[in-house]
Amino acid sequence: MSNYSMHLLVCGGTGCKSQESDIIAEKLKKELSKQGLEDTIQVIMTGCFGFCEKGPIVKVMPDNTFYTQVKPEDAEDIVEEHVIKGRRVERLLYTDPETNKHVEDSKGMGFYKKQIRIALRNCGIIDPEVIDEYIARDGYQALGDVISNKSPEETIALMKESGLRGRGGAGFPAGLKWEFASKNEADQKYVVCNADEGDPGAFMDRSILEGDPHSVLEAMAIVGYCIGADMGYIYIRAEYPLAIERLKIAIAQAREYGLLGKGILGTGFNFDIDLKYGAGAFVCGEETALIQSMEGERGEPTLKPPFPAESGYLGKPTNVNNVETLANVPVIIQKGAAWFSSIGTEDSKGTKVFALAGKINNVGLIEVPMGTTLREVIFEIGGGIKDGKKFKAVQTGGPSGGCLTEKHLDIPIDYKTLVANGSMMGSGGMIVLDEDDCMVSIAKYYLDFTVEESCGKCSPCRIGNKRLYELLDRICAGKGEESDLIRLRSLGEVIKDTSLCGLGQSSPNPILSTLDNFYEEYLSHVVDKKCTSGVCTDLLEYFIVEENCIGCTACARACPVGCISGERKEPHLINPETCIKCGACMEKCKFDAVILK
Amino acid sequence: MRPMEKIKSLADLKKIRDEKLSGLQTREKGEDSENRVQIKVAMATCGIASGAKDTMEFMSDALEKRGIDALVTQTGCMGYCYAEPTIEVKLPESDPVVFGGVNLEKADEIIEKYIKGGELVDGIIPVNYEIID
Repeated sequence: MSNYSMHLLVCGGTGCKSQESDIIAEKLKKELSKQGLEDTIQVIMTGCFGFCEKGPIVKVMPDNTFYTQVKPEDAEDIVEEHVIKGRRVERLLYTDPETNKHVEDSKGMGFYKKQIRIALRNCGIIDPEVIDEYIARDGYQALGDVISNKSPEETIALMKESGLRGRGGAGFPAGLKWEFASKNEADQKYVVCNADEGDPGAFMDRSILEGDPHSVLEAMAIVGYCIGADMGYIYIRAEYPLAIERLKIAIAQAREYGLLGKGILGTGFNFDIDLKYGAGAFVCGEETALIQSMEGERGEPTLKPPFPAESGYLGKPTNVNNVETLANVPVIIQKGAAWFSSIGTEDSKGTKVFALAGKINNVGLIEVPMGTTLREVIFEIGGGIKDGKKFKAVQTGGPSGGCLTEKHLDIPIDYKTLVANGSMMGSGGMIVLDEDDCMVSIAKYYLDFTVEESCGKCSPCRIGNKRLYELLDRICAGKGEESDLIRLRSLGEVIKDTSLCGLGQSSPNPILSTLDNFYEEYLSHVVDKKCTSGVCTDLLEYFIVEENCIGCTACARACPVGCISGERKEPHLINPETCIKCGACMEKCKFDAVILK
Repeated sequence: MRPMEKIKSLADLKKIRDEKLSGLQTREKGEDSENRVQIKVAMATCGIASGAKDTMEFMSDALEKRGIDALVTQTGCMGYCYAEPTIEVKLPESDPVVFGGVNLEKADEIIEKYIKGGELVDGIIPVNYEIID
């Protein structure tokens, strides 16, 4: 049906465009029309291929030839050789670094394997409101297999062997958690799905619940079978209305099919699921606070032990798993522990979903095998830094995590390595920062968040974080002293050591990691009273750019304190000693001569 | 949709999966989904906030008005936040193609050029991941 027999796809991602990919496209079109082929072969600009390192990229369809590092002068060869004579241009083909051979068909290229979707396997593929579509993609087969053919012990052993660790932050082995809950005898047990996603900039769990709710329901039923529970609850924040709606539809459909309820699939296994809504408190992501909130109490953490596996919801043994952890479970059961543990690193098995945000070109949701480097995630899949700016840091692990820098770009992403480098896996938010971001302000932003979200139960977190915030606020306002930096560190260490729950134990991390990696920047704030990134307005000075100033005197007339001097038609000057930084001069100037520096 | 009956065993569940897979389900008879244009619109919160609902409505209405037999369905997040609204178009006997930044104007262009004539338009998002089978 197409008029075109061949397509030349030219990458129009930011990385490739900065290397003249639009000129390549123009030249290809010109070469084609020279040969009279403009009506049979079409040149198309695409989005980012996620392979910026080897850009610009040109892909030829339908034969899947993948040309890398193409230059405008290569357009002639591509048209003459490939299009007309049907011979691939060897020198532009991608060379596989492992085999050292040219790759002819892009389907065989390793970089397509940079992202493997396990937890996101159905997101963007199925209609989340139609259970049949989930079933068609092997949905509920794992549950059926487990309850018909496997004992709870066998299933728990399989999970332990797979090496799946909790994806909510702490990384506790899932199989081990199930085993604890299964071994505690009780007349009633509960399965809880923790869908209280609260890190700023994180939306992995929401996407899974909105795109593939049944995978979570199926996994919860499997956990129920393993630990001996017949009831499950999903604790989800009320500010996720679409996820809630889709979960409700999914639960209703699963009940209609008898995949939830009594005697599931003709076995004696009963399991049902209900929703519990949270009011959006960050601390309720901590499992003991979550359980308190479910019971209608204030969302405050309790001392462990007792762990929820011993005494959880309503005092009964309770197993709490995060959404992404659960989404992995049905696949692991179907494909086996050996398959799952073959992906990832020694310490961390499988994949991890990340929400890429901040100053990055391809803001989005990605899933990569554990062990992938930050460089691959940010510069290849993420398409690099926006507007060609310089990479400064990446914040992982949200308010509990830390900032990693240039020198960490090649470390593998896994639980152990991230912690060893002063950050943590967290739930999967990744916020990319560039040269325009002030690290002191970033630390202050996260502290502001934890001060707001601290439940107030224990004093190190309630009072300590507030004091930390005040110190940072002082530094950003230009009133800091060098001794404040020592105070930040010692107070931070105390809060970490003495807080009751994970929130307080990790809340100083954003400060400690920026102190470690950007000490110079803190110093210039407290000693020189300068914010080199130009973010902290109190530390900035109004300044007149000589070349732009025509001497119209508008600024001098607007200045309420008369700190601007200069002759008519001559460049003016601001006296920083008397300037009160009101900004009136900048507003009045029509020539962009007044700047903040 | 046919009324749902309880699935009584693992064997029954497998049967339903296979039926669904081979398109032999009674409700699909005569519709022959392989020969239809199939469009999926990414409708997670982020997509909807970027206008995916309007895009989906426009697609369904416009295709019907222009006499094109197509199946427009919703799906979850495809992961391309920077290019919402995102849609996937599968023409009969072709690989699916994902388009990003599909506002109403782009949707119209996709129908006129790609769906009617098989001519690709700017804004394709290359698939750069692997899904486990």
